[in-house]
Amino acid sequence: MQRFKPMAGFLLSAALVLPGSQAAAATPADIQQTFESAARAASPGFGGFSAGRGQAFFSATHGNDWSCTSCHTAAPAKPGKHVKTGKDIAPMAPAANPQRFTDAAKVEKWFKRNCKDVLGRVCTAQEKGDVLAYLMSLAK
Amino acid sequence: MNNARKRLVFDVVVWSASLMFVFGLVTSEAMADSKRSFATNEKWKAECGSCHIAYQPNLLPASAWRRIMAGLDKHFGTDASLDAASSAEIGAFLERNAGSGKRAASVPASLRITDTRWFVRKHDEVPRAAWKNPQVKTAANCSACHSGAERGDFDEDAVRIPR
Ligand code: HEC
Ligand code: HEC
Ligand code: HEC
Repeated sequence: MQRFKPMAGFLLSAALVLPGSQAAAATPADIQQTFESAARAASPGFGGFSAGRGQAFFSATHGNDWSCTSCHTAAPAKPGKHVKTGKDIAPMAPAANPQRFTDAAKVEKWFKRNCKDVLGRVCTAQEKGDVLAYLMSLAK
Repeated sequence: MNNARKRLVFDVVVWSASLMFVFGLVTSEAMADSKRSFATNEKWKAECGSCHIAYQPNLLPASAWRRIMAGLDKHFGTDASLDAASSAEIGAFLERNAGSGKRAASVPASLRITDTRWFVRKHDEVPRAAWKNPQVKTAANCSACHSGAERGDFDEDAVRIPR
């Protein structure tokens, strides 16, 4: 038995370190739940999220040059392309890309940046929830 | 060697291997490419490589990186803002491995790699039309022509201008 101790030490140290390199895992439904709580808190008359409203929001320009579709395309289950740099962007729909909407901090970071670019302000919880409802409604 | 000594040697070897393994994971800064061996950092690669390739730190001098990191919310026409901890880690990495010598001789006001004197000189034979090709879009799209750009490899033999 004695010689398994160092092996156990190896596995233990690996187990201690590896989770740190991975962000807290969530599901798109978890993230939608936090948007819903925030939307309810912001407006007592909250009437749910709508994929149709999300699609309209995603496709429209909002006073600036870009819409969400400029980089994520009007078919966000397909890969996109950064409108300015030409870099490929992986699909946005969770059905096509299981990594999407699984890291709350990453989701918030990108909503903040991209909403600033497209709308000149941050998005509301209602808008974020509508967009996510739309993306979750898309099949692969 | 008797069994007890063998076991001791084995223990020492496995423990050091596991220590080195942990150490290797924790210090994300490592030599990545055996041929080029330039510096890398996981956070930098993920954060600065999401909208374009993560430009190697040696492509700009430290003073340019410092100014770029201080203005990420207004970053070449886009919002690339970061949390303070990530920004500090990436800034330190970029400055530590920044370009020196000829490449650092002048910092263009635009803070663009593509406006530095060395960049313009190295690309003076690229036809004007090549920069406007929709497959290239922008001179900043290094990987459109340098297939090894992501690895910091700009060798002539790997250059191909799309037509
Ligand atoms: C100028 C290009 C651009 C525009 C315009 C843009 N995005 Fe993005 N977006 C990106 C890039 C680049 C990423 C990160 C790509 C990656 O993780 O592979 C991203 C990531 C995201 C993510 C992160 C999803 C996840 O879990 O990984 C969300 C959410 C998002 N965008 C929403 C939007 C919305 C909503 C709009 C419109 C208001 C929008 N984007 C407009 C470029 C853009
Ligand atoms: C949200 C998207 C985004 C993120 C994240 C981002 N950038 Fe950029 N970056 C851009 C865009 C857009 C340009 C302008 C491209 C153009 O005009 O050709 C650019 C240009 C640059 C340039 C100038 C390239 C040239 O023309 O020579 C540098 C240098 C640069 N970025 C460094 C960074 C660093 C360092 C980071 C990480 C801290 C970073 N970028 C993160 C979008 C981004
Ligand atoms: C339109 C195509 C194109 C783009 C885009 C492009 N390059 Fe180049 N690059 C070339 C060509 C062609 C050469 C010349 C090769 C030769 O020396 O014959 C070159 C040469 C170089 C060299 C010199 C290589 C050597 O061995 O001397 C460097 C360094 C370099 N490029 C870096 C970059 C960086 C960094 C970017 C992005 C910021 C970039 N290039 C974007 C086409 C391009």
